[in-house]
Amino acid sequence: MNVHEWGDRRMELIIGILLRLGVMIAGAVVFFGAVIYLIRNGGAPLPDYKSFHGETVQLSTVEGILAGCRQFRGRAIIQLGVLLLIATPVARVVFSAVAFAFEKDKLYVCITLFVLAVLLFSLVGSSLG
Amino acid sequence: MTILVFTVLVAVSSFMAGLVGALTGLGGGVVLVPLLTMAFGVDIRYAIGASLISVIATSSGAAAAYVREGYSNIRIGMFLEIATTVGAILGAMIATMVSARAIAVIFGVVLLVSAYLSSRKQREQPTAEECGSLSEKLRLSGSYPTPNGPRSYCVCNVPAEFSLMFTAGTLSGLLGIGSGAVKVLAMDQAMRIPFKVSTTTSNFMIGVTAAASAGLYLSRGYIDPGLAMPVMLGVLAGSLTGAKLLVKAKTKSLRLVFSLVIVALGIEMIINGIRGTL
Repeated sequence: MNVHEWGDRRMELIIGILLRLGVMIAGAVVFFGAVIYLIRNGGAPLPDYKSFHGETVQLSTVEGILAGCRQFRGRAIIQLGVLLLIATPVARVVFSAVAFAFEKDKLYVCITLFVLAVLLFSLVGSSLG
Repeated sequence: MTILVFTVLVAVSSFMAGLVGALTGLGGGVVLVPLLTMAFGVDIRYAIGASLISVIATSSGAAAAYVREGYSNIRIGMFLEIATTVGAILGAMIATMVSARAIAVIFGVVLLVSAYLSSRKQREQPTAEECGSLSEKLRLSGSYPTPNGPRSYCVCNVPAEFSLMFTAGTLSGLLGIGSGAVKVLAMDQAMRIPFKVSTTTSNFMIGVTAAASAGLYLSRGYIDPGLAMPVMLGVLAGSLTGAKLLVKAKTKSLRLVFSLVIVALGIEMIINGIRGTL
């Protein structure tokens, strides 16, 4: 087993932990929000999902979601968990870039940073637009 | 139907979708969108939003288990993510311009073609000499665990693979699915990577691909918490169960199940596209 393979194996193990942690935290936050949401609204009739209205600013922007969490709203806490879930693969790419840099693998540092740039373009670009 | 009943029903269905998604490398998304729209009467845009979130959960949840087993190839995944993420953004952008009916028909055809390709006879496992120089330059070759110790493999047709991945990414952004079928088959057929490696590496890439379009979907208001919550939690539980089974499952039966799922979904997509019910 050469140096690259050994480094890759370690990276895989750490990525495994990172992904598991991210998903567990996101899942726990969504579950917590779900409990609040269902206790307060569980008996209510179903909202209209048959036609599309689009979510309000409170549930479709980072600022709106955080404001809703401070007011302890179930739906906002669920959306926070969704945001954490979206952040998990992004964190994985950030970690991979650092790990490839430690391996002094310039080619894969460049490849990984490009992927990161595309992800940030989507996340930041969409919140500006 | 009350919110509580709806939540439980959607969570149970999502568990099944997550299980199948992880076992086949499809991601729960392709099963979920038809399920939510046809069984639960949810608008396609909400279905796509919830599906996209579940796709990230499936991928990350299952990949966490796979990477520890040593099946997935991080370099192949990262290299191909260049193509899938750029494609995903393009897909999310053209989603607003193309009719859902046309997309459904095209995708159904893609699934049927994929099923045909996967049913063809397997070629001989290529040796390092047969592979292009790109496989070596990009350090894409690797090895995976077998009962007889690690087995090495290398990668063929890198440019063809790269463009197929761009297509997979575009479909992912367009339909809010993982496009695992296209990814697995591209790696399986074009690159000729062992099936378990391609399935797990595909699952690994899907989360990053979906994250590339998720930001756009969230800000467009496609992601409803009341719907995304049972879908995400259900799929997550299902995919973790599926990941445990995959390591034990035999490749042959896995491939058969995989092909049947693709055929069924392809026909479903085409019919719904023509009827305009998707």
